[in-house]
Amino acid sequence: MARTEPLSGPIVTAREAGLVACTRCTRVWPLSETRCARCGSKLVSRDTQSLQRVWAWWIAGFMAYIPANLYPMLETRTLVYNQSDTIVGGVIELASHGAYGIAFVILLASVGIPIAKFVAIAFLALSVRRGSRIGQVRRQQVYEVVEYIGRWSMIDVFVVAILASLVQLNIVVTITPGPAALTFALSVIFTMLSAQAFDSRMIWDRQEQDGKAKA
Amino acid sequence: MYSDLDSLIACPSCDALYTAKRPAKGERAACARCHTVLIAPRRNAGLRIIAYALASLVLVMGALAFPFLGLSVAGLGNKATLIDAALAFSEGPFVILSLAVVALIVFLPALRLLLTIYVLTPLVLDRPAWPGAKRAFRWAERIKPWSMAEIFVIGCAVALVKLVDLARVELGPAFWMFSVLVVLLVVQDTLMCRWSVWRALNR
Repeated sequence: MARTEPLSGPIVTAREAGLVACTRCTRVWPLSETRCARCGSKLVSRDTQSLQRVWAWWIAGFMAYIPANLYPMLETRTLVYNQSDTIVGGVIELASHGAYGIAFVILLASVGIPIAKFVAIAFLALSVRRGSRIGQVRRQQVYEVVEYIGRWSMIDVFVVAILASLVQLNIVVTITPGPAALTFALSVIFTMLSAQAFDSRMIWDRQEQDGKAKA
Repeated sequence: MYSDLDSLIACPSCDALYTAKRPAKGERAACARCHTVLIAPRRNAGLRIIAYALASLVLVMGALAFPFLGLSVAGLGNKATLIDAALAFSEGPFVILSLAVVALIVFLPALRLLLTIYVLTPLVLDRPAWPGAKRAFRWAERIKPWSMAEIFVIGCAVALVKLVDLARVELGPAFWMFSVLVVLLVVQDTLMCRWSVWRALNR
């Protein structure tokens, strides 16, 4: 794999060079510039307010996640019975039918990933302030995984949409979405916004400060 | 200090500064400390992306028209199209959810394809960029995480399994179209080199 050529010796950041980088198109500008003339994005050397936005979306996402687990996601009406399934209830239902693979996917997408995401974002945001024993590269990887995986939680909302549109067989069987479908979708969207608000360059700044303190 | 800022490149993830040197076609240049891929030019990438994007658009249109799942139980049957699924949430506050689903699985993927074609066509033809191309490409990049066609495809598979006990279920033509679409989207993504596009837009 070819690498871009480092300027010289140890890595210099754009900020240390008196420059500000555009995170959208990677062009650099003098620190005084406020808008990238190449792609038109706003330029901020370090988004100092980003942590506030991270936490605001994080809290919103968490608050939406609580009712998402308490209220039913799906309501099934058949000739003989009515049944409401919460997220976890649906997983148990699937597992009891022997569909362990799918039950595992849903459990992972609707419970595992959201919770891991809350923990990971909180950890990253705290580590920027307080430092962490976990290395920068590892934390960068955590951030990338959170950004990549977070969207997949939406799968449960889509499943509900598919079921509710398909299973409309008059009195025989009908499936309607429950309130949790809405709050769960909101929770996923809020946590995606929370992750996007995080300025990953801050993970690396801390290292530079530590390095200088030791030197 | 640095006379020619245009020849520099800063890693968007960790702010490390490099002099940008276009690697050979097919090779990639990555940030030395956080391993974010910075430059990855491919042979005929523009033309190939446009071709795949056009094919993807046709598939989106097709997928809208045909049912993606069909179900029958006790002599009653139903087939759902994408629009049906998106409009499944039609009561009260669920309308917002309907709009969001339409946006995530149809509107945003289609918009992204159109924007990509609009930006890349003049570049491939060696013409000056069309008006608003920079804004178009910026938006195409921004909506990338919100375009969730591939997640919907897996959702279909999950729904299928959930219903197997309840009724006879079959996958419709739209499901297969969407599956192919997902593959095309992934290929487009690996071909796209943002750095090269931004450079070309400023020639």
